[in-house]
Amino acid sequence: MSKEWPLWEVFIRGQHGLNHRHVGSLHAPDAEMAIMNARDVYTRRNEGVSIWVVPSAQITASSPSEKGPLFEPSNAKVYRHPTFFDIPEEVGHM
Amino acid sequence: MPSLPDMTTPQVAELARHQAEAHPAHPTVPQPDEGQEAFFETLLRIGDSALVLGHRVSEWCGHSPALEEDIALANVALDLIGQTQLWLGLAGEVEGQGRSADDLAYLRDAWDFRNLLICERPNGDFGHTLMRQFLFDAWHHELLKGLAASSDPRVAEIAAKAGKEVAYHLERSSDLVVRLGDGTEESHRRMQQALDALWPYAGEMFLGDDKDAQMAARGIAPDPASLRAGWDATLRHVLGEATLQIPASDFAHKGGKQGIHTEHLGYILAEMQFLQRAYPGASW
Amino acid sequence: MYAQLVKSEGMKAREEMTPQEIAFQERIDRGEKIEPKEWMPEGYRKTLVRQIGQHAHSEIVGQLPEGNWITRAPTLERKAILLAKVQDEAGHGLYLYSAAETLGVSRDELMELLHAGKMKYSSIFNYPTLTWADMGAVGWLVDGAAIMNQVPLQRTSYGPYSRAMIRICKEESFHQRQGYAVMMKLAQGTPAQKRMAQDALNRFWYPALMMFGPSDKDSVHSAQSMAWKIKINTNDELRQKFVDQTVPQAEYLGLTVPDPDLKWNEEKGGHDFSEPDWSEFFDVIAGNGPCNKDRLGARVKAWEDGAWFREGLMAHAEKAAARRAQAAE
Repeated sequence: MSKEWPLWEVFIRGQHGLNHRHVGSLHAPDAEMAIMNARDVYTRRNEGVSIWVVPSAQITASSPSEKGPLFEPSNAKVYRHPTFFDIPEEVGHM
Repeated sequence: MPSLPDMTTPQVAELARHQAEAHPAHPTVPQPDEGQEAFFETLLRIGDSALVLGHRVSEWCGHSPALEEDIALANVALDLIGQTQLWLGLAGEVEGQGRSADDLAYLRDAWDFRNLLICERPNGDFGHTLMRQFLFDAWHHELLKGLAASSDPRVAEIAAKAGKEVAYHLERSSDLVVRLGDGTEESHRRMQQALDALWPYAGEMFLGDDKDAQMAARGIAPDPASLRAGWDATLRHVLGEATLQIPASDFAHKGGKQGIHTEHLGYILAEMQFLQRAYPGASW
Repeated sequence: MYAQLVKSEGMKAREEMTPQEIAFQERIDRGEKIEPKEWMPEGYRKTLVRQIGQHAHSEIVGQLPEGNWITRAPTLERKAILLAKVQDEAGHGLYLYSAAETLGVSRDELMELLHAGKMKYSSIFNYPTLTWADMGAVGWLVDGAAIMNQVPLQRTSYGPYSRAMIRICKEESFHQRQGYAVMMKLAQGTPAQKRMAQDALNRFWYPALMMFGPSDKDSVHSAQSMAWKIKINTNDELRQKFVDQTVPQAEYLGLTVPDPDLKWNEEKGGHDFSEPDWSEFFDVIAGNGPCNKDRLGARVKAWEDGAWFREGLMAHAEKAAARRAQAAE
């Protein structure tokens, strides 16, 4: 078997100025072709205005087994959410 | 078999040249100035090229060397089919006989087709298809730039829309030609072979006739010869980077724009028009 | 379905499970998604590779029977719609291969297994598309059957598979409708067109029912896959649902479902219908369907003929990277 085209992760920013969002992966020999392929594969229905591609091998992910220590502490900090605070109705919208 | 002696005449080429000098080409039968007819013909030339090339490219669907390419090539075919609908739709409107784009695509025989011969060339290997696409895209891009400045607003509008699509086609086909020319020995060899085989079908893009002259004079479409400089520049740049040799010969097959095609077109139409022909008048 | 007869690895009773396996099963029971680098039982991984791979293969082999009619579509619009649809199938194959790749198998490896006949694809794509009406029947019945299975799979336990299914279902919704639109046009057309439509329904009805696979109510493989939430419904449930949904659609078209025993059963709130010929199904699965050799042959040819192209592009990318590195020194 000959050498396989590397795998790329594709991120697309949609029409409304939101952050780039991971949409999927594809194969391409290099970054430039990955961009072109992403245009053809992932924006067939007018989904995007900007594309990022990253070699899949370059993604560093948080370790799933540390999910507890990484994310659970923030559960306790409910004061970060606006609904934590009771504001009297007569103050109006805040 | 009156042709046999010629085959054994050693200086046949010289004799032919001698004949040609003594008798210049048959003068073309002068055409009356038919205004709309030349416009109609011009729209058929553009629309039929998109139709026939789109058909050829669509033959790859499901058979390409990689999924990403399969999807990309289908996008090119879809663009070309969409452009066909616009150009042939306008042709029907200009003709004024009530023919729709579908009528024109599905109910004309080969001699009424006006596409460039290069569009009907068989796909060959994937490199051959990409080289054909590149040569065509480089011309198509120049043509649409010219048409976007057309004195006819309908033409200008279609050309502006198609121009964006084709700019991307050209970007993609140029890129692939460069990569494959540079890639391996085999990919280089295949791309050079494709270029050599297709080269005699490129010159037709720039040959004008009296209809082209009328269109240019009225500012509706650019003179075909005027597209050559831009095309040449694109080719020099891309093929140079691809380390491919531009063939020296300037021989050009011609006839497509006048309805004289290669044998391939008949088979394309037999396939494409089958349902419309087998079930006349049915609606799909 | 697109993944038929997928064998699950070793169903275990709870008391046989290790604590890790119990914790894993509990996560699935809670509706949590399993993500690529997380621990998973080897059987879960293997079953998923098999199922997602088979599903992906079905998408790309499934391009062929419809691709067969792209060059013969009767109008420019139909041609564009059909091409866009078959292109979507290539995209769906791509999404699914990507999902499988998160499980440690490469796309090229999966392709090689398909080409060597070591992995299967759905039986349905081994039937020929003989007339234009088959484009209608495939969209209406085959995509209809597929959607029946894919909609619940959006909730499958494996994250990447679930996300691929969500994307696919979003795109797929136009496929079945375009198929039905083709059928409507024919059913309302000339007598010859109507005959063509009926003929397509006659040929595709039972193969469509076979897509769900034989009854699996007693299958341990299915039970394990359902426990892992990589299979959501039994084959019989989905088949029943498909029949109940399709019969009124056929009636609307004025077409007859080719089953003399088909009738509404008030008591069960569904149709009674005839089983397909399962011996035919096993013949097709074994490689003896009308088109098995052609379909696989076309895939192998595309792959082999394209090798120089894939290698050429890879070689260029490596040379260009080397040149850039040298220039930067």
